[in-house]
Amino acid sequence: MAPLLEVRNLTVAFDTPDGTVHAVNDVSYSLEEGETLGIVGESGSGKSVHALSMVGLIARPPGRIVRGEVLFNGRDLLALSQRELFDLRGKEIGFVFQDPMTSLNPVLTIERQIAEPLRRHFGMSASQARARVVELLELVGIPDAARRAGQYPHEFSGGMRQRVMIAIGISCNPKLLIADEATTALDVTVQAQILDLVRDLKKKIGTTVIWITHDMGVVAGLADTVQVMYGGRIMERGPVRAVFHDPRNAYTWGLLKSLPHGGRRGVTRLYQIPGNPPDLTRAPVGDPFAPRNPFATERCRIEMPPLGEVEGSVAGHKVAAWYDLRAALAASQVQP
Amino acid sequence: MTRYLVGKLAESLLAIWGVVTIVFFVSRVLGDPAVLLLPIGAGQQDLDALRASLGLDRPILEQYLISVLAMVRGDFGISFQHQRPAMDVVLERMPVTATLAGTALLFGTLIGAVAGAIAALKRGTISEFIVMVAALLGQATPVFWLGIMLILLFSVDLGWFPTGGSGTIAHLVLPGLTLSVFVSASIARLLRSSLLDIMREDYVRTARAKGLLPRTVFFWHIARNALIPVITMIGIIAGELLGGSVVIETVFAWPGVGRIIMQAIQAQDFPVIQAGVALVAAIFIVVNLLVDLLYGVLDPRIRRR
Repeated sequence: MAPLLEVRNLTVAFDTPDGTVHAVNDVSYSLEEGETLGIVGESGSGKSVHALSMVGLIARPPGRIVRGEVLFNGRDLLALSQRELFDLRGKEIGFVFQDPMTSLNPVLTIERQIAEPLRRHFGMSASQARARVVELLELVGIPDAARRAGQYPHEFSGGMRQRVMIAIGISCNPKLLIADEATTALDVTVQAQILDLVRDLKKKIGTTVIWITHDMGVVAGLADTVQVMYGGRIMERGPVRAVFHDPRNAYTWGLLKSLPHGGRRGVTRLYQIPGNPPDLTRAPVGDPFAPRNPFATERCRIEMPPLGEVEGSVAGHKVAAWYDLRAALAASQVQP
Repeated sequence: MTRYLVGKLAESLLAIWGVVTIVFFVSRVLGDPAVLLLPIGAGQQDLDALRASLGLDRPILEQYLISVLAMVRGDFGISFQHQRPAMDVVLERMPVTATLAGTALLFGTLIGAVAGAIAALKRGTISEFIVMVAALLGQATPVFWLGIMLILLFSVDLGWFPTGGSGTIAHLVLPGLTLSVFVSASIARLLRSSLLDIMREDYVRTARAKGLLPRTVFFWHIARNALIPVITMIGIIAGELLGGSVVIETVFAWPGVGRIIMQAIQAQDFPVIQAGVALVAAIFIVVNLLVDLLYGVLDPRIRRR
């Protein structure tokens, strides 16, 4: 079966007064129907930009899609007309954004904001849309949905607003739901509730999900596949289990080492990746993580390693590295 | 809501009282109306008799108390000049002022809104540049100068419109145009920057991600929010214009409230000055109160129970 989404060589740049920012560099991956993909990376890793650029949600200019193809159900999204994109967004690809405090329009009722895509894409009447809005609000766990629908965003708590955002994202039963840092602005308890909700919804409606986050913990609890991005490139990708237990890229390894572990908290110092995030205004040469990587080889600095299957791991575990992290770790004294 | 309105009302009355008090004492410092009212060379006896009849011979605090108590009853005294109730003298100029204010607001807002929207939507193009330069010029040009230039061109040289006065549409064109230029320039600049701010908001991206058409995104998500500060500004301008634009009414000999107050000051017609200023203050306050209420309609966050 053909994958639901296939990204090929996607490269996105922004022309800014300080020079061209190479935000996404030659990103390729595919996503099967029903799969949950967790994309992890720090700010500026290109994880959000690559998702937004797929459906024309970056400002152009300054944004520019340099090259690439994004096949969604066999259609190249980057070749669609504006009109076709308007028809696709919200209907076939739903979005849930970061920070529910600012992602909802403060002057429109919740009902209106959820009903908008329904009326736009399905031509629902006001009363049909209203019934569906109440149904959606109940689905995302908002009590007293009929009354709450008539309220405004400021009358909802942060967690409740994020539930509303999710209701908007899934309103038209999209084939793909892209959640961009959807739990980042929430406190940990609420975050856990939202993750429970998403797992529950996945069981009920079986949407394919791309979950973009900088939080490894969130990915571990939610995703089937994890994809680690850095400097606009995919550094490592594979089944969550394999990547977490057997990381083959030094950046993935660093991220995992810098996570607090239960029980050891306060006893050991957390690992810190040395150096600073890459300057994306410089044309990408070599492995973007090389300057911060204690295991980097000479070749890393001049040539970007291709993303290839990891030998001795499960199928689908891919890494971009010239060095052999496992061997290097075994040999070196670098221990956190 | 009732509580809010009662509070606002008390605040307004206090403000009007303050304005009236200041005007009362300042006008008393300016000079002696009796001298102006009587022909040159009138004798001391005549002056004293007139002062006594106007009540100006009493101690100033007594005069003040009498005035304020009368105002509370709605009595602003008899105009020295016109020998009629002062408030009537001012109020009958109101329609003339309102006509000019309404014209300037209507055209100024329409032109300003369209220009501001174009500037924001055509960001970085020659259209934005033209609108912004025009708006800056419009805002920076003194209205009296613009008024005089328009009179010179269209009335004196071309003879298309009368140089001053009121009564017909032709009389309204030049002063209306002069004020519209200022109003539209202010609104265009504010609306542009407000639109550009809102366009960057996360909820606008949410709206686009829903697949909404650009016009829906613009009117319901961008403009709806960007208008809030613009409404405030329109309210302030409306208050100012309804109080009579003294400068424009003078330049175009437009017989409105601003002009009658000016004339009253020159003639030291205390009751008319006080009635005029109290009325202008009241209008300003009422318009702002209406803007406050409109705010609540536009923005549910400030709606009160």
